[in-house]
Amino acid sequence: MIAYLGIDVGSVSTNLVVLTEGMTVLNQVYLRTRGQPITVLQAGLAEVAANLPEGLTIRGCGTTGSARQLAGVIAGADVIKNEITAHATATAFLVPGVRTIIEIGGQDSKIILLRDGWVLDFAMNTVCAAGTGSFLDQQAARLGIRIEDLGPMALGSKTPVRIAGRCTVFAESDMIHKQQLGHRTEDILYGLCEALVRNYLNNVARGKEITPPIAFQGGVASNVGIRRAFEETLGHPIVVTPYHSVTGAIGAAMLAREAVRSGKPSSFRGFAASARPFAASSFECDRCANHCEVISLSSGGEILARWGPRCPRWDLEDRPGVAGVATG
Amino acid sequence: MGPYSPAFRHLFSRLGWEVVVPDRPTQDTLSLGFKNAPEFFCVPFKITLGTYIEALEQGAEVLVTTGGVGPCRAGHYAQVQADILRRKGYAFDLVVLEPIARDPLGLLRNVRRLNRNRASIPRIVRLVRQVLKKIAAIDQFGAELRRLRPRELRRGSAEAAYDGAIKTLDAAETLEDIEAARRRGLEAFQAVARDPERPVLRIGLVGEIYVVLEPASNLDIEKMLGEMGAEVQPSITLSGWTAENVVTEVGNRAKEAAGPYLGAAIGGHGQESVGNAVLFAKRGFDGLVQLAPFTCIPEIVARGILPAVSRDLDLPVLSFFLDEQTGEAGVRTRCEAFVDMLWQRRRGKEGVA
Repeated sequence: MIAYLGIDVGSVSTNLVVLTEGMTVLNQVYLRTRGQPITVLQAGLAEVAANLPEGLTIRGCGTTGSARQLAGVIAGADVIKNEITAHATATAFLVPGVRTIIEIGGQDSKIILLRDGWVLDFAMNTVCAAGTGSFLDQQAARLGIRIEDLGPMALGSKTPVRIAGRCTVFAESDMIHKQQLGHRTEDILYGLCEALVRNYLNNVARGKEITPPIAFQGGVASNVGIRRAFEETLGHPIVVTPYHSVTGAIGAAMLAREAVRSGKPSSFRGFAASARPFAASSFECDRCANHCEVISLSSGGEILARWGPRCPRWDLEDRPGVAGVATG
Repeated sequence: MGPYSPAFRHLFSRLGWEVVVPDRPTQDTLSLGFKNAPEFFCVPFKITLGTYIEALEQGAEVLVTTGGVGPCRAGHYAQVQADILRRKGYAFDLVVLEPIARDPLGLLRNVRRLNRNRASIPRIVRLVRQVLKKIAAIDQFGAELRRLRPRELRRGSAEAAYDGAIKTLDAAETLEDIEAARRRGLEAFQAVARDPERPVLRIGLVGEIYVVLEPASNLDIEKMLGEMGAEVQPSITLSGWTAENVVTEVGNRAKEAAGPYLGAAIGGHGQESVGNAVLFAKRGFDGLVQLAPFTCIPEIVARGILPAVSRDLDLPVLSFFLDEQTGEAGVRTRCEAFVDMLWQRRRGKEGVA
């Protein structure tokens, strides 16, 4: 059987999926990145390999997420794509006719508008990450509850409390203040969900026309409290697919399928990459006053890739401009 | 600013000065500017301040800059920067060149002051013609570079041709030399191996003049987009701007085109950004990128209006507000997604047609 491997290494989570030629997801792995993208990606590859059916061949591999470059070199990707294209590709398939994608991850949030399966417009959070998963994590930890329980608890709210959500630090001050006044935790939590939704609509979705069908994905889509707050605020049902936390990886797998369609052999290194020692190192180039940070990824003494500098001085001979991205 | 230093070096060295021109602001330049400027001043202020400090450290005695046209605070940046520099203990003369129409006598006074060699009026006129010709040649080279980047077969070869062309131009003395250098430069571009059949996107670039022209302030976005397969065309070049503002200060095509959306000049290049968006859309460009310094009011106004232009004329717009906090990864991700989106749109349109 032929299948495609999609990898999404983000700030908070590392996700891998195996997608068959017939577009079913055989296997999905969701791990916390914990600031160690290489180790965690290797653990993910090992986990995928352990559960792979007999006789399955990985015909192509795609990476996305903020560590897409790094992951692409380690796994040997056929395509390295930004998160917006990856999410749009997967969602257009998973949610037929989708017109709006709300994606909230660990530190990024995005809105993507689609028409007839192609991207019409998009936006990402710019100056602030107040409404993203990391903040919810932090608040759950502060209140001593598990992040998984935050949503269900919030749904128990009867009279939500208004929380000032423009800035994370002030939101926290405001939550503490409301606690000290004696408000119920459930009401504060749902208030927080509403604040996050308000923040998203004001900052990320500002000026964009949100029309149904609306898909909600990214790690935060697991949170039923936020889902409810979006539905109440927008007045439309929100679709959350079973694959909402690995949508980017599915998109990467679909793009890999596209990339090797012409018959080109895959550059996937195989699951053995999970056991190979990889080391990333960096140095500051002193050839000019730009002081570029040059990052090298090597394995067993062989330099696999370099990226970071502004000029081509450090390009590897056979792979110029690794940081560059192929066109359409 | 941007690629134009050879032209200005030409002018001042022939007037009898030893010219200190930091070729391109580096990370050091930026850090110097950020450290010494008030936080909420815009990035052009900070980078030019850093450049002045570097020049003064190299022994510059006179700082020459231009004034501003219209209600943008850049009009008195020179004076504020001079104040900061003097408080830091630097001693120098400041010459601010304002448009001819605004203050003809002041300009004459400044020209006399800069004319160290006591060159004759005909000689000065000749020099100005040489400078304008150099600027025009630099803009021509820039246009070639932008056209070639997405089509070159070996990455970096267009850039190399450009660097060579600029070097030859820098050494040219007379009008004839400059013309020969211009031709030689264009021939070097001709020699770059390219794929003329490769489909490329066309992206217009609008925004505030400094961040549009100075690659060090915009994370080299022209190069970034060029290497992603887009031919980038800035709405502003120095030859174009000079013709429109220095001599006459009268209206231009962009201002007219902006009319239905923004009928009044709002300072900086706000009105031009809107107008050029309209012009790019009418020329069938695939997309538009707006570049602005963080806190730039004229561009904030333009940003508020661009969605209407985008909707009416079916032109996708991506805006960046830049300062020292702008991360390259974020800009790159958005540019990649924008380029992907433009390809999808084009294929979609071709599919429909």
